[in-house]
Amino acid sequence: MKKNIWLRLAVLLLIPGMLLTVSCGKKKAEPSAPQPVVSDESASSSYDDGSSRGADDAAVTDADRERFTSEPIYFAFDSASIDDAGRAVVDSKAAYLKNNTQAAVVVEGHCDERGTNEYNIALGDRRANAVKNLLVDLGADGSKLTTISYGEERLADPTNHDKNRRVQCVIE
Amino acid sequence: MKINMFGMKKIGGLKKVLVAVVLIHMALGALTGHTVAGEYNYISISNPFMNKIPIAVPYFSAMSGNADEKKIAREASDLLAETLEFTGFFKVIDRDAFLEDPSQQGIVTSRINFKNWRTIGAELLITGGVLVSSDQVEMEFRLFDIFKEKLLIGKRYKGNSDDTRRMVRRFAKEVIFQLTGKNGIFESKIAFVSSTSGSKELYICDFDGYDPIKITHKNKLTFSPAWSSDGRYIAFTSYARGKADLYIKNLSGKRGAVVDLPGVNLSPCWMPGRFELVASLSFSGDQEIYLLTGTGKIIKRLTNQWDIDVSPSISPDGGQMAFVSRRSGGPQLYVMDMGSGSVRRLTFQGNYNTSPSWSPAGDKIAFVGMVSNAIDIYVMDAKGGGAIQLTHNTGDNESPSWSPDGNLIAFSSTREGRPKVYVMTSFGTDQRRLIAMTGEQSCPRWSPSEIDY
Repeated sequence: MKKNIWLRLAVLLLIPGMLLTVSCGKKKAEPSAPQPVVSDESASSSYDDGSSRGADDAAVTDADRERFTSEPIYFAFDSASIDDAGRAVVDSKAAYLKNNTQAAVVVEGHCDERGTNEYNIALGDRRANAVKNLLVDLGADGSKLTTISYGEERLADPTNHDKNRRVQCVIE
Repeated sequence: MKINMFGMKKIGGLKKVLVAVVLIHMALGALTGHTVAGEYNYISISNPFMNKIPIAVPYFSAMSGNADEKKIAREASDLLAETLEFTGFFKVIDRDAFLEDPSQQGIVTSRINFKNWRTIGAELLITGGVLVSSDQVEMEFRLFDIFKEKLLIGKRYKGNSDDTRRMVRRFAKEVIFQLTGKNGIFESKIAFVSSTSGSKELYICDFDGYDPIKITHKNKLTFSPAWSSDGRYIAFTSYARGKADLYIKNLSGKRGAVVDLPGVNLSPCWMPGRFELVASLSFSGDQEIYLLTGTGKIIKRLTNQWDIDVSPSISPDGGQMAFVSRRSGGPQLYVMDMGSGSVRRLTFQGNYNTSPSWSPAGDKIAFVGMVSNAIDIYVMDAKGGGAIQLTHNTGDNESPSWSPDGNLIAFSSTREGRPKVYVMTSFGTDQRRLIAMTGEQSCPRWSPSEIDY
């Protein structure tokens, strides 16, 4: 009997707790798993900002979006500094975001597989934040940008360290 | 004869399974194990792995002689030899060299011709006998000193047929206690990361890699297991909610906590003897190390320097914290005095030093260093200097973790291709694969010597 009372108490306490957890979870934008870089037709409404646009304009926007998500910013080993080449890529991303103010973007930081994964996750976080902060400096809406670091866990090219030290932007 | 009843614990899907094993301490003449305990002169403390003790472990005797018994006797003698060899202290003598066969001639002192064992270079001899009756197994073991021609310890154990491994380990523990005065590692476990199921999850296996059991089911990247000093909790990082969050798990499955602050929540390490841990969190905009309660609440910030501070390892006395910091431009090891908060740099060689792991005696720190793209494990004095390289030219070697007796180091390596978990002595000798599983294994973390859950 005593057990039963405790069980009921526990259930009573647990259920509101679970509801809270669920409602909190919904508020946050859940960073999704990396999506394919190919643009998604069903999401076209998010970047089609005018009814006056013709089919050609939409195609250009599609290509821009493709470039935005597929072109990484590369980094030197153990560095979270954006070099000139990286700066040019961030510039183009900032320009895209100016024309696509509604786009919710996940800025992903990655490392090559050398070194320790804990350190690499911290380093990937710095890379992602360096890109996010520069995008905001260049006029992007920071509230639309979230960062995530995968460290050395998601290699772009297992045979080439240079291709793995990168930041990729994913449109949610 | 005195008979002790006591429970032994086994992990079975994390459910506590109590198996009663009857232990009979044999009083063999005046010689019990306790009469000579204290003479720990068998294993040299300064260099125990260079001069291994030659030990003979002949096949155990099948006491009633049936086929079942013979099979168990052979397996048990092999397991005992392997278990003792695992410690790095012993050289197990090839049975082909033996001049007599105690399984035929007898296993008690009066039947041992010590000269025959001295001739082949044995310094220690273990004989054993197995008696199977219905579903019960009885095992007796004797450890002899060949030069002194005397019995050092004799034990008899009785249990179910699936208890044989524990009986063998129990006697191995007695042998190590007899020779070193310490309990050894035979009841310790190793937590590690494996991708066997598709995503990286945490597993726990016995000290020797036996019986791996999956303990997380996140289906997302999960890593960096950290044992509490009582072995009841494991803290770790998982992407279960989409990003790097810190999880604190009670191994008996009762309670848990999550630290899911914005940013990355990484690299837990427990405070010895306390329900508190340190971890690296980046919610402030900078990766800094914090002291947390065992329920994940921040007590205070420990590091205050711009750039990455990560991978803390607390000294066994709780007074100091080694950690990795990028404050000088690249990752280097630093030590913080937990009382005063003062920090000094520990590593000055190379541009990349990470993964500090404080030895159980507190005098050494194992770590990972990268020198001209070679990633290897080193051990240095905790006070600084004296670094010795333990791995050489064998792929990337990472994640060193000390056995609770300080004699062995588990680590991960790509020496055979994909990352797997290996073990070596703390001097870098006897490197061998520890865990035989498919997929990739990494991040081994050795538990305290006895864990209770």
